[in-house]
Amino acid sequence: MFLYPITFYLFSFIAVLSALMVISSKNPVNSVLFLILSFINSAGLFVLLGAEFLAMILVVVYVGAVAVLFLFVVMMLDINFIKLREGFLQYLPFGTLLGIVLIIELSILFLTKSFSNSNLINYSSSPTINDIENTKLIGEILYTDYFYLFQICGLILLVAMIGSITLTLRDRGQIKRQKISSQNYVDAKKAIEKKKVKIGEGV
Amino acid sequence: MNDFSYLNDLVLPGLIIFAQIFAVIIPVLISVAFLVYAERKILALIQLRKGPNIVGPFGILQSFADALKLITKENIIPSGSNKIVFLLAPIITMVLSLAAWAVIPFAPGWVISDINVGIMYLFAVSSLGVYGIIMAGWASNSQYPFLGALRSAAQMVSYEVSIGFVIITVLLCVGSLNLSKIVEAQETVWFAIPLLPMFIVFFISALAETNRLPFDLPEDESTLVAGFFTEYSSASFVLFFLAEYASMILMSSMTVILFLGGWLPPFDIYPLNAIPGIFWFTAKIIFILFLFIWVRGTFPRYRYDQLMRLGWKVFLPLSLLWVVITAGFLVYFDMVPNTL
Repeated sequence: MFLYPITFYLFSFIAVLSALMVISSKNPVNSVLFLILSFINSAGLFVLLGAEFLAMILVVVYVGAVAVLFLFVVMMLDINFIKLREGFLQYLPFGTLLGIVLIIELSILFLTKSFSNSNLINYSSSPTINDIENTKLIGEILYTDYFYLFQICGLILLVAMIGSITLTLRDRGQIKRQKISSQNYVDAKKAIEKKKVKIGEGV
Repeated sequence: MNDFSYLNDLVLPGLIIFAQIFAVIIPVLISVAFLVYAERKILALIQLRKGPNIVGPFGILQSFADALKLITKENIIPSGSNKIVFLLAPIITMVLSLAAWAVIPFAPGWVISDINVGIMYLFAVSSLGVYGIIMAGWASNSQYPFLGALRSAAQMVSYEVSIGFVIITVLLCVGSLNLSKIVEAQETVWFAIPLLPMFIVFFISALAETNRLPFDLPEDESTLVAGFFTEYSSASFVLFFLAEYASMILMSSMTVILFLGGWLPPFDIYPLNAIPGIFWFTAKIIFILFLFIWVRGTFPRYRYDQLMRLGWKVFLPLSLLWVVITAGFLVYFDMVPNTL
């Protein structure tokens, strides 16, 4: 039975350690790689909670798509590391303030009665494995109780997508574009022309 | 509780798990060797050559000789490279292409881990495969590998979208994400018949996902030397090579499970259903792998803009349309499987 706590502490230890490395490593590419490691370990924690669908979605969406684009951008940027270090002291007070606010909020959450010790056990223990897969349960809740909110989330993403397209799309004047359909309709009759050439005159 | 209880609780199950893992990985690695041989032989036949014919009878041991030669060579690490990431990249690629085999059902009950979200796990692991390539391209600190990595990242992300929609179409017809249940749902008819367009989209996307011809732009030798593994040599090159072919076999087994009925015989009649399921499963995988090699021998390489056009402007709308049509069909005729 002690395999469960061992894996829990392994995943959470690596997740926290790699989260620390994200903010402390000098090379931004290494930071992104540690961020990915942290995502994967959080996915492992989800599996331990019995939420395998959420774990897989986390890997597919965040690791497989979002972090790839992160890595893409960070690799392409030409970052001056020394200048980046200079700003550290400037942002330190603001960062500390944010950290303190987070700690206060979390401690309020844990000190109030809703998270008191007897209730905490109900939250923290892994859910019993029942006949219904959690993929189905999530679908059932998402598409009935939270249907409108879910649709609004989709609309927000659509707006963000249209916004980013309008920001980056610009008319670059004359560019040659291929028309695939017209290329597909090319046949020998249109492409090749037979000519009788007289000797010594050329076409 | 006696003193040896940990033996029954931990050691014995652990040993069984290790035995299961080896029973899957070793056949996969050996089949990679023969796949390389088969590819060279089939390409040779297509191009009216002899192919490997010296090492062993009909040259059948050629891949083992090549592997031995590559591993005994010196492993060169470029001086400007990021050493840790450079060495990590091939290891990650190899581990990911083997880790996915944990959920593949070879025959009824023949699966290491029969998890509820099997197909999601496969999709997740195959979407991680791009990291090995990006890391290799970046860590090499060289122009050609970097260009190869950029091409590969864009290509794999684009084709994953249509693969995702194809998987959703199949899931709508099954009502479960478990791979064994997906196979069992095809007992009446293989999904390749009712979902034929999706089968073709999936096969072509699988070619792009494994960086195979005609979409092998990340390792396009006529423009990028060898693409993302230009700087790799010796054992780390072998890992990339093995991983590419192992993921080819993996994608073919995914195709077989989703569309060609996994371990099921083509017709459920006596002499056919007496043959064990593993035979049908392997035979179908070999057929898909033959298609992979046949395509390589036949089609010219795509240009990069053509590749992107195919992914975003042809496959994405088509697969999206099929998701809507399939869902509408199932709801209209009240055929939605496995409802709550």
